[in-house]
Amino acid sequence: MSTKVKKMLFILSKATIENAYAAFVMANGARMEGIESEIFFTFFGLEAIQKKKLEHLHVATVGNPAMHMPTMLGGLPGVEALATKMMKKEMEKLDMPPIGEFIEILSDSGCKLWACKLAVDMFHLEREDLIDELDGILTIGDFYSRADQEGCQLLFI
Amino acid sequence: MKKVIANREIDVNEEGYLVEFNQWDREISECIAGECNIVMTEKHWEVIEYIHDKHHKEEPLSIRGIKKSGVINIKEFYSLFPGGPLKKATLIAGVPKPKSCI
Repeated sequence: MSTKVKKMLFILSKATIENAYAAFVMANGARMEGIESEIFFTFFGLEAIQKKKLEHLHVATVGNPAMHMPTMLGGLPGVEALATKMMKKEMEKLDMPPIGEFIEILSDSGCKLWACKLAVDMFHLEREDLIDELDGILTIGDFYSRADQEGCQLLFI
Repeated sequence: MKKVIANREIDVNEEGYLVEFNQWDREISECIAGECNIVMTEKHWEVIEYIHDKHHKEEPLSIRGIKKSGVINIKEFYSLFPGGPLKKATLIAGVPKPKSCI
């Protein structure tokens, strides 16, 4: 393998479906290339690893110029749900797994999944609110210490 | 380009993937696996058969497909073909490298 990247460390701070998938596809893609990968879920990114919320992530229709939709329209009731439904349908066509199944795949592939301690405390979450596949709850300092070799890359999403 | 595998001249691309599937046989597989430091076992062959089946049906390979295959689970797949399992397994199976990002 010619790449100098040995380990990809992702910080997922948002819970829109497009951001969660960006992190998951890149983390999974790294594992498939023989590169180590880990994801640190912080702030709203925690929604992607909460058992009750992970299958209900949405596309952002407001404040997203790439939706090519007037902001006021994007804010109308049901528009976000409809856009999300359409995007999920397109993703299913490409055989992209739903969030819960994607987490299983990542965990089985050896991708480490971490929750941010500060954000867990802030949102008053307990360990049992989070997915079973979680490898632990870390401080940001602990997460930096995971970058323990040459060729590590940190990415904030 | 040509590459000598198992004392035979085989057509491969620049990444070492076989260009002509009809040049493939088990001996070729074992030699390529050896270059990847993999010793083929019964379980490896089952995966290779699954990949051939998909290849013949022209169905794309993906890690999700492996999960649903019923042949092997993802954890075992990573441990049988360390360092990029789909890439390694297709290389050994003599089929093109998958183009999918997932």
